[in-house]
Amino acid sequence: MNTAMHLAEQGKKVTMVDLDIVNPYFRTNDARSILEQRGIRVIAPEFANSNLDMPAVPQEVASVFCDRETTAVFDVGGDEDGAFALGQYKRFFDEEGYGMYMVVNAKRPMMAEDGALFAMARMIEAASRLKFTGVINNTNLGKLSDTQTLCSGMEQAKKLAQELGVPIAAQSGLPEVLAGLPQEVEGRRLPMRIYIKMPWEI
Amino acid sequence: MGEKVLMKGNEAIAEAAIRSGCRHFFGYPITPQTELSAYMAKKMPKIGGVFLQAESEVSAINMVYGAAGAGARAMTSSSSPGISLKSEGISYIAAADLPCVIVDIVRGGPGLGGIQPAQSDYFQATRGGGHGDYHLVVVAPNSVQEIVQLTADAFNLADTYRVPVMILGDGTLGQMMEPVDFDDIPQPIKKEKDWATTGTGLKREHNIINSLYLSPEELESKVLAREKVYDAIKEKEVRYEAHDIEDADIIAVSYGTTSRIVESAVRTLRAEGYKVGVIRPITLWPFPVEVIRQAAETAKAFISVEMSMGQMVEDVKLAVNGKAPVYFYGRTGGIIPTPDEVIAQIKNIAGGSSND
Repeated sequence: MNTAMHLAEQGKKVTMVDLDIVNPYFRTNDARSILEQRGIRVIAPEFANSNLDMPAVPQEVASVFCDRETTAVFDVGGDEDGAFALGQYKRFFDEEGYGMYMVVNAKRPMMAEDGALFAMARMIEAASRLKFTGVINNTNLGKLSDTQTLCSGMEQAKKLAQELGVPIAAQSGLPEVLAGLPQEVEGRRLPMRIYIKMPWEI
Repeated sequence: MGEKVLMKGNEAIAEAAIRSGCRHFFGYPITPQTELSAYMAKKMPKIGGVFLQAESEVSAINMVYGAAGAGARAMTSSSSPGISLKSEGISYIAAADLPCVIVDIVRGGPGLGGIQPAQSDYFQATRGGGHGDYHLVVVAPNSVQEIVQLTADAFNLADTYRVPVMILGDGTLGQMMEPVDFDDIPQPIKKEKDWATTGTGLKREHNIINSLYLSPEELESKVLAREKVYDAIKEKEVRYEAHDIEDADIIAVSYGTTSRIVESAVRTLRAEGYKVGVIRPITLWPFPVEVIRQAAETAKAFISVEMSMGQMVEDVKLAVNGKAPVYFYGRTGGIIPTPDEVIAQIKNIAGGSSND
């Protein structure tokens, strides 16, 4: 969502595709109105955020490959099961070109285990039939995140990038987290805003 | 302090169960609890445990029945309609005095209802979805960190009293991510399970796991003995959180996700000068009757806030016992009450009008 908002701020024509077939709550479609206010077109499963558990991929997704003026940002469920939804578009991605980023949060369970990130990346590649082109370090603990939290995932992100043979594309986090990052740390800075709030947050 | 990780509530239940010695998980997928099963599926094979996706919820609960009968720490998880299917098995497990842990990540109902969060299974959890004179111990966490604590406690309570224990969460709690550590997770108690069907080794009589008694007198004596266990649980295991109740005119009672919305509302109300207190039941059975009974001596009104059409409010009314009016505010069908709605309700009560 933040990527789509950044692109829109740069004046680009953007479509956001909610292709998450894994997570029933806390998804891109929750913030549909915020995205649309920015002029971002949103494509989401027909039943997203409804009471129906029907993670069908909308046929409208194919339309983004027909419009070369638009940058499409795909939000995909965070593991190999979620990535499966991408596989059907392989031919179009190959024709139109794409960037696929493995967003690393080393503070997620089981991701700290040696080789776990690489194994997951390979499973996602197999499921999506696409190749990663970069790694984004987004190591965070939600509201408890600070610069140290982001830095704690740096080594694992670097190791993964080396193993995949791709660059560290970005460091992402809240603006105050990124502000503390030493200049020499590689990757562009991708400041994030939290758009989706918990029900008790006024 | 140990390292924190960012976990979904469902994942935290699974990890805490594993750390509590659970090596037998039998499940069947249903939104919004599926991450729990998925986590078990990934992790159990790596640690020598059993993850088994049964052909149905009925089958899964009966596998728990078998594993618990053999003395294993066993767990199953589901969401509302799935728990309805498991209810016959839960009654059998309670009748056989077997310890196990059952997770219900509640969604909207009745019927297939919907996948959004709800608390409309309070009656089912605390009154027994199944048949007969039995209770589940029901614990209701309100954060991912508390999930860790209460999952470990659930296994220990189950083993201590030989009862099934339910962890009752709602979809929001299962799906949301929060930082969590496992530093203070209670250790598994050591409890000899000399009743388990582990083989006699030709050294003792057969242990029999059963819930059928041919003589009514024998069945009655079993039920009466179990009632004594329930009395002990009611005496020793009640848990709640309460604050600002001493000077409170109005006390808000809520649990789980709703309690965090109420907390938020009460903070605002206190800042505006309203004397509002909070009681959060952590065990829904046994219900924290005594703290509410005492608070009713001084408070002018109570309000129960729930994601249901009014279920826990009945327990609040029983505890208040007519000493003060008990109001109710709830949303249902997958709609979560907002802090602003709760604030408006409490201001309305403070203003003297009634919706009861």
